[in-house]
Amino acid sequence: MSNEKIIKFHIRRYDPLKDEKPYYRTYDVPVKKGMVVLDALHYIRENLDPSLAWRYSCRMGVCGSCGMLINGSPTLACNTQIFDVSETEITIGPLPNFKIIKDLVPELSSMFEKHTKIMPFIVRDEKELDDPEGEFYLSSEQLEEFLQFTYCIKCGCCMAACPTLATDQNYIGPQPLAQAHRYNKDMRDGGRKNRNEITGSKDGAFKCHYAGECSRVCPKGVDPAKAIQIMKRQLVFDFLKIAKKQKPCEKLMGPGKGEKKNIPPAPPYTVQG
Amino acid sequence: MAELNRYDNRLGIMGWLFKGRWGLERYLYILHRVTGLSILFYFLMHIVVTSLRAFDIYLWVEDGFFHQPIFRVGEYLVFLAFAFHAFNGLRLVFVELGFAVGKPIEPVYPYKTSLKTQRPLFILMMIFAFFLFAMGTYEFIVSIGKMISGG
Repeated sequence: MSNEKIIKFHIRRYDPLKDEKPYYRTYDVPVKKGMVVLDALHYIRENLDPSLAWRYSCRMGVCGSCGMLINGSPTLACNTQIFDVSETEITIGPLPNFKIIKDLVPELSSMFEKHTKIMPFIVRDEKELDDPEGEFYLSSEQLEEFLQFTYCIKCGCCMAACPTLATDQNYIGPQPLAQAHRYNKDMRDGGRKNRNEITGSKDGAFKCHYAGECSRVCPKGVDPAKAIQIMKRQLVFDFLKIAKKQKPCEKLMGPGKGEKKNIPPAPPYTVQG
Repeated sequence: MAELNRYDNRLGIMGWLFKGRWGLERYLYILHRVTGLSILFYFLMHIVVTSLRAFDIYLWVEDGFFHQPIFRVGEYLVFLAFAFHAFNGLRLVFVELGFAVGKPIEPVYPYKTSLKTQRPLFILMMIFAFFLFAMGTYEFIVSIGKMISGG
């Protein structure tokens, strides 16, 4: 007995060379248990319509390329089991709040520009780069302060789900703000003051009013809404100058400067060669 | 090569209202805005109506224009909007200052988000709002009863 089911896929199509605006086209796809939405898109392109365009790479929820709007919820096509969404009809569109390049391919550059603006790297004294004094030591408690937010794969699902961004494109958005918080909380970083000027601006964190959709749709459990709320408290404390002073990161000894310990010699080789 | 068109797929105001399968907090976000705007509208109208006193126009007195059941219903709706907006606003003050959202955790599937952590606070605030709803409803029923019976 075959366990295949025919499911109708309504896919939003848009060709910038021909179309004024997007429209929906329906495809019948035989679906078996275990198939993800990405498999169905491959089936359509190989058997029904070779002109369908979408973006994907790793097929396992790591690269963040295949974010799309599946039955009204932004998520990764490679991570979404078809039968978990529906057993009859599925509607797929490109991620909202971004421009469409073609069919299901969104233009993510607006997100990356904002991401670059918040300085998503560890800011240190330039002198240190030329003359490093040693390695930075980070305890597991210090790491936990921001580890959750490091899992962001920049798929854009949170930006697509944000209702504030839907009406205000100047708002920085959940992805860059969560990443700003990730670096602010890093003990090795010294860029919080500079980042506060961007995250505390009129288009920054205070435009978030906790619709929480970014956290709900995040395929990696990053919880951007949590990062933004904690960052707001930090911004208020920084403004009032009552923030706890961040202890500078401890440094381990630099190359050649450490104490030589009495390390026992290695055992002899088990295989002589 | 010519620049290709890019279709702007921003949801706009529709993003608040119709598109998508969203969670509870997003609907609260929308309701908070709608109730906030309606309270603001009521406030502006209230200023206009009470300033008519300067021209010797009293619309709210016993035989005035606003002394009709429909406006009493409107007032009742404004009260409900106020009760929701006040208590949901208190929740937002706590949450937006980083309280009740929990500490960062290692994301392990199935992911637990801060939405669940702050949910008890929402329930508590809605219990308070419900008490206000109940008091307002009692007052509304009594006053509309009096109005209809001509008391």
